[in-house]
Amino acid sequence: MTTVRIPPTLRAETGGESAVPASGSTVRELLDDLTGRFPALRERIYPEGELARFVNVYVEGEDVRTREGLDTRVSDGSTVILLPAMAGGC
Amino acid sequence: MSATVREIGPREARETGALLVDVRSDEEWKVSHIPGALHVPMSQVEERLPELVPDRSRPIITYCAVGARSYRILPTLDALGYEDAISMAGGIVAWRELGFPVDSESRLDEDKRERYSRHLLIPEVGEDGQRRLLETSILLIGAGGLGSPSALYLAAAGVGRIGIVDDDVVDSSNLQRQVLHSTAGLGERKARSARKALTALNPDVEVVTYEERLTSENVDRILTGNWDLIVDGADNFPTRYLLNDASVWHDIPVVHGSIFRFEGQVTVFKPHEGPCYRCLFPQPPPPELAPSCAEGGVLGVLPGVIGSLQANEALKLALGIGEPAVGRLLLFDALGARLDEVRVRRDPDCPVCGDNPTITEYIDYVDFCGGR
Repeated sequence: MTTVRIPPTLRAETGGESAVPASGSTVRELLDDLTGRFPALRERIYPEGELARFVNVYVEGEDVRTREGLDTRVSDGSTVILLPAMAGGC
Repeated sequence: MSATVREIGPREARETGALLVDVRSDEEWKVSHIPGALHVPMSQVEERLPELVPDRSRPIITYCAVGARSYRILPTLDALGYEDAISMAGGIVAWRELGFPVDSESRLDEDKRERYSRHLLIPEVGEDGQRRLLETSILLIGAGGLGSPSALYLAAAGVGRIGIVDDDVVDSSNLQRQVLHSTAGLGERKARSARKALTALNPDVEVVTYEERLTSENVDRILTGNWDLIVDGADNFPTRYLLNDASVWHDIPVVHGSIFRFEGQVTVFKPHEGPCYRCLFPQPPPPELAPSCAEGGVLGVLPGVIGSLQANEALKLALGIGEPAVGRLLLFDALGARLDEVRVRRDPDCPVCGDNPTITEYIDYVDFCGGR
C-alpha cells in the first residue's frame, strides 16, 4: 500500500481526505486504483488515463516526468505526492 | 618572462611601490580594497587597462581575494604588452592578515555596529556580510501575506534597498495576517503603508515603491532598477508566469513562495543555474482549481512561516552562504507540522530557460492562465 498526498485544491474530489491509500507497482496502476475510487479526481487530473499537464506527481521526491512517467515504479510504503501549482501570496 | 616566478608576497608587494591592480568584482572592491590600488574587474582588463595604464613598462602587481584570479589574468596582461606584471600571492586576505591597511567605501559606524551586533557575531555574516547586506537591493512583488514578513525581516536585517510592487490598498480583511500594515493604515496604498513600517523599523533602509500592478508593459522598467534578487509574493498566476519570464531574461534570481489554507511552497529559481517556474509548473491549473486566498482562505500565520522562509533564502543568497533551495521545492504543511522536499530539475525543453527557447518575448499571461 502506498500513501498518496492530496493537495488542498483537489480535496473536494477525495471527500476532504489529505492522504489516501492506493495500491499499484507503477504510477499508472496507482492512479488507476486511486481515481477508480474517486471518479471526480479522475476527471480532474487523469482523464482518459493521461496525467493532466498542470499536476506534478512525485515518487520519493522525484517528479515522475523526469523518470519513466506513468511507468515509474512505486515501491510499497513509498510516499507519492500530487502537486498542482498554487498562486496564492495573499 | 614565463620562466620567472610570477608571484610576490604582500610584504614585498608593498615595498616595491609598483601599481596594484585589483581584479575583483565591484562588490568585493566596495567591501574592502588596498589603498591606492587601481580597480579593474577581471572581465574588463582587456578593454580598460591599456587606457588606464598606457605605459607598458610600468611594473604592475595584480591582486584578488586569495591570489588565484590575479594569477590567471597574467597571460592577458602579457598579451596586452605589459612587460612587468606579477600577481600578489595570498591576495587581500593575506595582506589583511599581515595587518596592512585596507580601505572600505562603507565602514560600519557605531550605530550600525550596535544595531547589527547579532549579525556581526556570526562568523558567516560578520562585518563584511553586514556591509554586503547594506549594499543589497531586493525587490518584493506584493506587500501582502508573504511580502509582509519577508519585507520586515529583510529591512530589520539591514538590506539596504527594498523595492515594493503593489497597487492594492489596505483592507481590514488583510490585517488577520499582513503584519506590515495596521488598523491606522486602512485605505492606504500598501506600498506606502509598507514604506512607513519599514523605515520606522530601520531608517538605514531605502524603500522604493511602485504603486502599480506588474504587467508586460512595466516589468522591464521595474526590473532594470538594479535589483540583486526578487522575492515573489504575488497572488495570481499571470503575474507569476510574467515574473518568471522577465526574471530569466533579466537574469535575476527569484525566491518563490505560495500559500493556500494550511499549506505553502518555497523554492529558489536561479536563472540558468537551476530550473525556472515553467520547468516546475509548465501550465497553471484551470481557474476552478486555483482559488485565491480571498476565495479559499488561509491560516493567518501560514504566510508568516512561508514569507520568513523566503526571507531566509534571500538573506543566504545575498550573503553567499549556505545551500539555497535551488532545484528543491519545500512543502510546508501547517496542520501536520511537516516540511517535505521534492526535487525540481531544469527542463532542457523549457520554452523560456531551455536550450532552444520558443518564448522569447512577453505573451498574453491572462489568456495563458485561462482568462484570470
